[in-house]
Amino acid sequence: MSIEVRGVEKVFGNFRAIHGVSLNVREGELVALLGPSGSGKTTLLRVIAGLEFPTAGSILFDGEDAVTRHVRERKVGFVFQHYALFKHMTVFNNVAFGLRVKPRADRPAPEEIKAKVDALLDLVQVGQFGNRYPSQLSGGQRQRVALARALAIEPRVLLLDEPFGALDAKVRKELRRWLRGLHDRMGLTSVFVTHDQEEAMELADRVAVMNRGRIEQVGSPTEVYDTPATPFVYEFLGNANRLPCRIEKGRALLGGTVFTEAEKLVDGAGIAFVRPHDIEVTTERLTLSIPAVVRQVLVAGAVAKIELSLEVEPGMIEVALPRGAHWGAPFTAGQKVHWRARTARVFPAADGGAPAAAVEVEPATLK
Amino acid sequence: MAMTTPTLQAPPALATTTEPPAVRRGLIAGALAFIALFLVMPLAVVLAEALRRGVGTYFEAITEPYTLAAVKLTLIAAAVAVPLNLVFGLTAAWAIAKFEFRGKSLLITLIDLPFSVSPVIAGLIYTLMFGAQGWVGPWLIEHDVRIIFALPGIVLATVFVTFPFVARELIPLMQDQGTDEEEAAALLGASGWQIFFRVTLPNVKWALLYGVLLCNARAMGEFGAVAVVSGHIRGVTNTMPLHIEILYNEYKFAASFAVASLLALLAVVTLVAKVLLEWRFGHELAHNRGR
Repeated sequence: MSIEVRGVEKVFGNFRAIHGVSLNVREGELVALLGPSGSGKTTLLRVIAGLEFPTAGSILFDGEDAVTRHVRERKVGFVFQHYALFKHMTVFNNVAFGLRVKPRADRPAPEEIKAKVDALLDLVQVGQFGNRYPSQLSGGQRQRVALARALAIEPRVLLLDEPFGALDAKVRKELRRWLRGLHDRMGLTSVFVTHDQEEAMELADRVAVMNRGRIEQVGSPTEVYDTPATPFVYEFLGNANRLPCRIEKGRALLGGTVFTEAEKLVDGAGIAFVRPHDIEVTTERLTLSIPAVVRQVLVAGAVAKIELSLEVEPGMIEVALPRGAHWGAPFTAGQKVHWRARTARVFPAADGGAPAAAVEVEPATLK
Repeated sequence: MAMTTPTLQAPPALATTTEPPAVRRGLIAGALAFIALFLVMPLAVVLAEALRRGVGTYFEAITEPYTLAAVKLTLIAAAVAVPLNLVFGLTAAWAIAKFEFRGKSLLITLIDLPFSVSPVIAGLIYTLMFGAQGWVGPWLIEHDVRIIFALPGIVLATVFVTFPFVARELIPLMQDQGTDEEEAAALLGASGWQIFFRVTLPNVKWALLYGVLLCNARAMGEFGAVAVVSGHIRGVTNTMPLHIEILYNEYKFAASFAVASLLALLAVVTLVAKVLLEWRFGHELAHNRGR
């Protein structure tokens, strides 16, 4: 079942939570809605589920309008952040709930329900806990029960709201891997909400990055990480140095020195983004390099983090070197060095968030 | 390292998590003394006074026709007021906790009104409304409908006074529980009634029971509001509290205390019922509280 979100808006009182968002989720795909809190991602998920009515726009399931359908007829599997299990029912009864509330004509016989629930409990690996109450389970187990309950009604799509948000780091990682495996086996079209970029990158086929009620970029995890469409995406996904610069004749200047190309951009103020691992540091001057002084060297695990003091804004940049590279000729605090960006992206400074014409450069090829 | 470890150990748990024995015993003794003085002793006095002239007098007093009529009236008033407030309290709490609407805070304030208004005023309101000189009184007399100085007035006054008990008990709990479980049920295909009876009601049943018991206790014990609308017609509009007062004012102390002990007994039965239910369904209660 494919999901099509078409120009959806959602207004609460005088707060606009979602501004005309469109998104296509293909059959069998696992899509992450990634964004900071307050970006509208959960609201969008709830609109898709039918728990909120969109102020404008439409939701299509397999091309058929879903907005006019009541939430109980949408056949959506929904997993809540805090599980929302029925506290007064055993695990078995929780999972059986969706089958038992069906109209008499469609309701399976008790033996059928039992067989189905048992199979689901085995699937989510809590088969032996059928008689327990939710309060007697761990967080990871509860979330798996919640998933089994959602799957019991044979949903057409599966929606998960911060499914691992309330779990500790280790359980979260395990459950994430397990969920990906389950998705690959079942092939159920799924959308999940998260604020954790690592989770989105690891789990999703495609990531929709949301900010202030808008989708800033949709793409595969590598696409959004390697070629962020907007400054927001650049800063939200992974670390990035933010360098205020000047754009002149298609080149970006940092304190009077050209350091990267900025083709197609109008002259004026700009902002360049450079990832810490895309920076070269040498002791001698190179093409397009900028002088700096080593402020601090931190070796953490496989990476050596070097902070360089700049004479120009922002005064400091962070560089990440593989530890091996750092070992040969270690940099020390106070040392004078040169650095240059292997790749950088420049956006016009006036532009807060809209996609900008930006280019990637290979500094070595410039003269 | 080995040398310093013992000194690094935390002081015994006793010092950080509990008070010295003298303070503990003092606090417990204080609480017990308070309960004895203000709760147990009055009950004991009521019983002792009731039985002072012997068991025979006691039973004579409580089987007297006027007393039986008062007991019957009190039970009828409670039997009407409690279910009414149960339904009202549930719907109000449901509306307030699960939906957003204009005038919500006004509704919450209004629910509290009977607590802040003197019961006498509550009684007067109904007298002014339905009494012979009241707004709709003449019309009612014309159509031979009796409200004031009759059963309907007593029920109305009781409903007014016990209005907040169930709602007050449910609102905080339902607000705390939020709507996640109801939403989950709806997504699983449950209809409104199914959600209410299978999810919402089981989640609040203990608070509901507690509210109903409190409501019942107050309905049977209400004096002020009922006194205004009742008219004190013996055997017709006298509820138990009113009957006790009349007996007392007529210096029939033994009879007065006998009926009082009966009323106290009703309260004790209510409490015992609550304890029994909690004991019987205690494990379920624990799961409902765990999130």
